[in-house]
Amino acid sequence: MIAARDPLAASSAESESLLSIRQVIKRYGKRPVLRGISLEVASGEFLTILGESGSGKTTLLRLIAGFEELDSGEIWMGGERIDRIPAHRREVNTVFQSYAIFPHLSVFENVAYGLRAKNTAKGEIPERVTQALAMVKMGEFAQAAPSRLSGGQQQRVALARALVNRPRVLLLDEPLSALDANLRRQMQVELKSLQREVGITFIFVTHDQEEAMALSDRVALLRAGVLEQVAPPREIYGEPATAYAAQFIGQTNLLRAQVRDGVATAGTIAWRASGGSGEATYSLRPECIRLAHGSVTPASPDASVARFRGSVRNQSFGGATDLVEVDCDNSLVIRVRIPNPGVLSGEHEFEFNAGDATLVREGEDA
Amino acid sequence: MYSRTYKTAVTIPPLFWVTIFLLIPYAILFCYSFWSVSSMQVIVHTWTVQNYVQLVRSPIYLQVLFRSMRIAASVTLCALLLGYPLAYYLSFHAAKRKDLLYQLVIIPLWASYLVRGYAWKTILGSDGVLNGLLQYLHITNRPMEFLLYSPFAVIITLTHIYTPFTLLPIYASLEHIPRNLVEASHDLGASPWSTFRRVILPLSLPGLLAGATFAFVLTLGDFLAPLLVGGPSGIMISNIVVSLFGAAYNWPLGAAISFCMMLLVITLLFATERLEKRLTIS
Repeated sequence: MIAARDPLAASSAESESLLSIRQVIKRYGKRPVLRGISLEVASGEFLTILGESGSGKTTLLRLIAGFEELDSGEIWMGGERIDRIPAHRREVNTVFQSYAIFPHLSVFENVAYGLRAKNTAKGEIPERVTQALAMVKMGEFAQAAPSRLSGGQQQRVALARALVNRPRVLLLDEPLSALDANLRRQMQVELKSLQREVGITFIFVTHDQEEAMALSDRVALLRAGVLEQVAPPREIYGEPATAYAAQFIGQTNLLRAQVRDGVATAGTIAWRASGGSGEATYSLRPECIRLAHGSVTPASPDASVARFRGSVRNQSFGGATDLVEVDCDNSLVIRVRIPNPGVLSGEHEFEFNAGDATLVREGEDA
Repeated sequence: MYSRTYKTAVTIPPLFWVTIFLLIPYAILFCYSFWSVSSMQVIVHTWTVQNYVQLVRSPIYLQVLFRSMRIAASVTLCALLLGYPLAYYLSFHAAKRKDLLYQLVIIPLWASYLVRGYAWKTILGSDGVLNGLLQYLHITNRPMEFLLYSPFAVIITLTHIYTPFTLLPIYASLEHIPRNLVEASHDLGASPWSTFRRVILPLSLPGLLAGATFAFVLTLGDFLAPLLVGGPSGIMISNIVVSLFGAAYNWPLGAAISFCMMLLVITLLFATERLEKRLTIS
């Protein structure tokens, strides 16, 4: 039905895209904050916008919510262009970083706020509010004043207040950053199961890469106003597109190598590599490297398993695995993650599968 | 922890000040209100409640008191109607003009009260600026006499003088509203008007109340504006007190009125403070 009105809806319907961000540019004064962002968000998806502070992630969220005006580009939702619609008419709701609970209203009235604003039938309000509060396990606090709630409880109220309106997209602006570590992990689990339960599209902003990986269907990695990579967490981890992505998501070794005749060489390490000749950067995750057992095999760059020697410089105990810093020649330090190695010292031989060294782009410096 | 000496040192001066300049004068005033004036124009130091009886019995005092309260209520209303929108604009929409506009609100407070009173006299008088303009534009052909020397003139003058006092606490309370609450309201589907009614206005009520109290109490005690622009119909309760302490030479009656006014104002301040505390959400 909508497709008849809008020529672009057909294509977006194919990809089941609910929210479509197209070439969005935003400046604060002369400073560019977002430099041409394009992003499709599917219906029911849990998408995380991940970036350092100042990367523009909150600005992007505020543009979707309607708190900021974009300088150029378009935002579409379900076949309708929304970037010119005022915030109060957009079918999105936001969970604010500082919760923004109305201090003069009870928990119940906070949650009922959106329903009342949209003139929901009076009889329907108590039921929906009670349901929403039950969903976040805050049913017994309905009549409480917000000032009596802890941070975690306010967080839940903020969530109920947004979800009760059944938005098409829920925006979450670093909602867990103010909670302590334990509560945070617990809320992560609850948030994820809540999202599955209600089936609403979540766009979640965070600077915490572990949180992003644990929660998201896809991660949009933002760096200085440009999207570095948009992919499922496993894909970003396994096949980072850029050196920045490799470093930001998990730990890695970035190997700046010379490639010639199908062999990449970085200092004393050489491995079989595909691709053209010249300079290239490879990402090698610490857990892909292991201690080499048996000293027989000579290191051969043609083999699928690459070997190198190095002396243990530092070893930090991490429970299941230890992170070992290995000093190779040419001031090349490789980090290796080894399960229960015991205490290591001196020179050791290490190996990794050549296929685990992933070619990454060197992003432009921001 | 502060030492005992330090605590004493910081407590003594204000205590001294309050005692010498407030408590003792009030006590003297209180005594006077129970004395009387003889036919020989001498103050008789014998206790009597005659002054208070006279206040209730003779209609003129209550009449003027009610007029004063009416004028004070009108000034309060006008000051709120002028001050609130301006404070709202300053706080939410003025952006870069904020500092300049704020200064423009403050600057009149530096001008002498008397100058501002006289200014209105020259504006409202029968040969005044306003009448001159109206006749020049042929809107009226005779000067309008009711502009000056009327309660109307008092209300205009005092509204002008006390609007900044009303605006400032409102502005402060608006500035204290976290902006993400306003965003949250929009986000939840409330229109700008609905957001004002359901978030901004309730959260600024303490400031509004403080501003209203300023305007009401200051007007109620004012005697210069009625003197300058009020005329006989614009006489207020303080003018009566002034004349009783002056030409009429009836200090005891004047003291009794003053004391009643003081009780009225203290009750009012106490009530609004209670209300403000209840409205302020920590």
